[in-house]
Amino acid sequence: MIGKILKKLDDKFLKGEPRTGELFAVAALFDTPDQIIHAAEKVSGAGYKKFDVLTPYPVHGMDGAMNLKPTGIGWVGLIAGMSGTFLAFLMIWWMVGINYPNIFGGKPYFNLPASIPIMFELTVLLSALTLVGSLIALFMKLPANANPLMDTDFVKRVTSDKFGIYIEAKDPKFKLEEVRTMFEGLGSTSVSNIHEAEYDLGDTKNPLLNGKFIGALLGTSVAVVGITYFVLNVLLFLPPFDWMHRQPKVLPQTESKFFKDGFSMRKPVEGTVARGFMPYEFKGMPDSLVVITPNPLPVTQKVLDLGKKRYDSYCSPCHGFYGKGDSRLRGQFPVPPTLHSVKVTNWKDANIYHVITNGQNTMPSYASSISRDDRWAIIHYLRVLQRSANAPDSDLETK
Amino acid sequence: MSLDATYTREIPLVEGKTSFREIDDVIARPTETKPNIKWFIAIGISSTALLIGAVCLGLTFWYGVGLWGNNQPVGWAFDIINFVFWIGIGHAGTLISAILFLFRQKWRTGIARFAEGMTIFAVMTAGIFPAIHTGRPWLDGYLFPYPNQHGLWVNFTSPLLWDVFAVSTYFTVSFVFWFIGLIPDFATLRDRTTSGIKKAIYTALSLGWRGSNRHWQHYERVYLILAGLSTPLVLSVHTIVSFDFAVSVIPGWHTTIFPPYFVAGAIFSGFGMVSTVLIIVRKVFDMEHIITVNTLEKMNKILLATGTIVGYAYAMEFFIAWYSGNPIEQFTFINRAFGPYSWAYWIMFSCNVFFPQLFWFKKIRRSIPITFVLVLLVNVGMWFERYVIIVTSLTRDYLPSSWGMYFPTMYDFGILLGSFGMFFTLVLLFAKTMPVVAMSEIKAVTEGAQPSHKHKHE
Repeated sequence: MIGKILKKLDDKFLKGEPRTGELFAVAALFDTPDQIIHAAEKVSGAGYKKFDVLTPYPVHGMDGAMNLKPTGIGWVGLIAGMSGTFLAFLMIWWMVGINYPNIFGGKPYFNLPASIPIMFELTVLLSALTLVGSLIALFMKLPANANPLMDTDFVKRVTSDKFGIYIEAKDPKFKLEEVRTMFEGLGSTSVSNIHEAEYDLGDTKNPLLNGKFIGALLGTSVAVVGITYFVLNVLLFLPPFDWMHRQPKVLPQTESKFFKDGFSMRKPVEGTVARGFMPYEFKGMPDSLVVITPNPLPVTQKVLDLGKKRYDSYCSPCHGFYGKGDSRLRGQFPVPPTLHSVKVTNWKDANIYHVITNGQNTMPSYASSISRDDRWAIIHYLRVLQRSANAPDSDLETK
Repeated sequence: MSLDATYTREIPLVEGKTSFREIDDVIARPTETKPNIKWFIAIGISSTALLIGAVCLGLTFWYGVGLWGNNQPVGWAFDIINFVFWIGIGHAGTLISAILFLFRQKWRTGIARFAEGMTIFAVMTAGIFPAIHTGRPWLDGYLFPYPNQHGLWVNFTSPLLWDVFAVSTYFTVSFVFWFIGLIPDFATLRDRTTSGIKKAIYTALSLGWRGSNRHWQHYERVYLILAGLSTPLVLSVHTIVSFDFAVSVIPGWHTTIFPPYFVAGAIFSGFGMVSTVLIIVRKVFDMEHIITVNTLEKMNKILLATGTIVGYAYAMEFFIAWYSGNPIEQFTFINRAFGPYSWAYWIMFSCNVFFPQLFWFKKIRRSIPITFVLVLLVNVGMWFERYVIIVTSLTRDYLPSSWGMYFPTMYDFGILLGSFGMFFTLVLLFAKTMPVVAMSEIKAVTEGAQPSHKHKHE
């Protein structure tokens, strides 16, 4: 089985077929660095442009012999490095200075000296990765395994012990015989013609529509999604990764057999008073005993908006959006009387507050659901509703 | 002319007149032939150690870090000792490949690739320890600042976070530096191999490199810049590791000497490890004339220099403790040398300061067996240095009522053994599958490799 696979790989990668395509270049091998420097000078001096020297290691002085421009890749590193510094600064400044300020050791939120190590590291990181990425992809245009030179005897020698030079057939000055004679005259041990390979493109011209390719793409995406789902939603909830998920404690809103009443949540001891919070002094008393106090909130747009919001949430299901007693509950509860009656209109704010807090007839107490301020705000809003249902003619005239 | 030029002449880096083909043959041999029995014995031992470590780590994952000897007050123990030890090992590789490159020390070429590989494996091994030290390593993603459901960011004022950035940057940059250096050699192997599967792998890894001078031109500049970037990087990494200690208020840790002291110690321990492994590798793979005695002697000189710096730092710590007039600080250092952990202190002191002084003698520097023993002692001594720093300071800090003792468990030792297993397994696999000496760099420094430019005068 394994032997078969290895055999297949051998056939695919080792069997070089003679290339029969167009002439790509004429290549020559030399034995010594002196010869190749000399050849490079001759070729660049003769005005050829599309030529290259291939050596097993960088040969000193070759850039000058080939008449190459100095490389500009240093600037890429400089700009990427400076961006790294700046982005790290920006990241730390925004995260701890703006987005989530937190005090550490009584220092300012954004602390420049403490940020410098990370700014330095990201300078190096960004600079190095950009340099290497741009070197490979932009400056050397690799990977280039489809280059016609690949797998020729020429390249097999220059990656080991010989020095090679070639001139492309596309060069405007290229003339096959002239180039060959020049290389032979320079003392080359072997001059060869290199041809392009003819690729079998298969049935589909567009490789993106290849069935195998699409299948591989789909398979990969399904695998990635499946593995991610499995890890994040299944694996991390299995032992031992669920440490601290399971803890010997009762959660709120759950059953507990420990307490007699079966609830895990405990009520405060009878008569407990929250700090800074006086209990309602008329709790459970008849309406007549209420001492009238004025509404502590001013009548402002903000208060009325709050009152409307709370009224619509808590009061409107039974009293209706306009206080007319038009319950939305379709008779599931007894329908309360209208809030526009003379009785309610003439009530002081404190009386209404008393009813909301204490409850009345079938209406329960809302003391635990609506905060004190919200109750007063609801009353202001109710006055607005009452006024709008019984607006006098004078309201129209003034406006 | 009585003065002979041979006195200042560089000793040839590659012994004997070797042709380029022969260099390829020697260096590529491990990748092309079946490994010998020595290699199988070595990888058998190292992978067994790795397996023991993996079992101990698995048990730690299942039952929690309570299996370790860490306690109150010793919250940092083997996990952090091993982290600092391994990250220090890595520093020698960067020093050899980057700093010696900038100083044009050509003798580095024979060992640079290997040392770079060791850097990467050492940093990989080191990286495990802070990750498992967190207790629930599967949640270590929280170490990085990413937008999360808690709306929280990491604490940018903490040296522990700087460490996350420093170590991950160090690994990434070392890795790309290493890979860039390997591309031309992968191309050489691609064009030599007679096996289809190797050809496929080396073709993919060499990216279609063909030794074009239009590529070499940019390539050499990038290599130079990466060396320039790695040099401050390697210094920053161990500086930041030392900040983990120095920024705290524990007596014996809160000192300004820590960054240079840690960097010198890191280079010292790293050279010790590089020598240890190289001495074995040059024997196993018959590379005595490429990794020469001259190279090893130069490394021994660096060991002598950095070992002396480390000795100076030990002495200076005592002096400053006395000079500061701080009784807690003074107690800490007396406790180190004469307290319950004095055995560890004297192991550290003798291995790191006394024995490397033998390298003053040329005979000892050039003797492979003695060098091997001494570098092993350096490895031991530098592991104990971190043990002494962490354990003595944590067991006895300010209040005697909160003092304690530290006893490692078998799981601690198992994970330590496993870290060595992992490192050596990776080293052996590397030596089997990739060129352990940079072929293209070695060729460039052999005699007659560079043009004489004679024809200019014709």
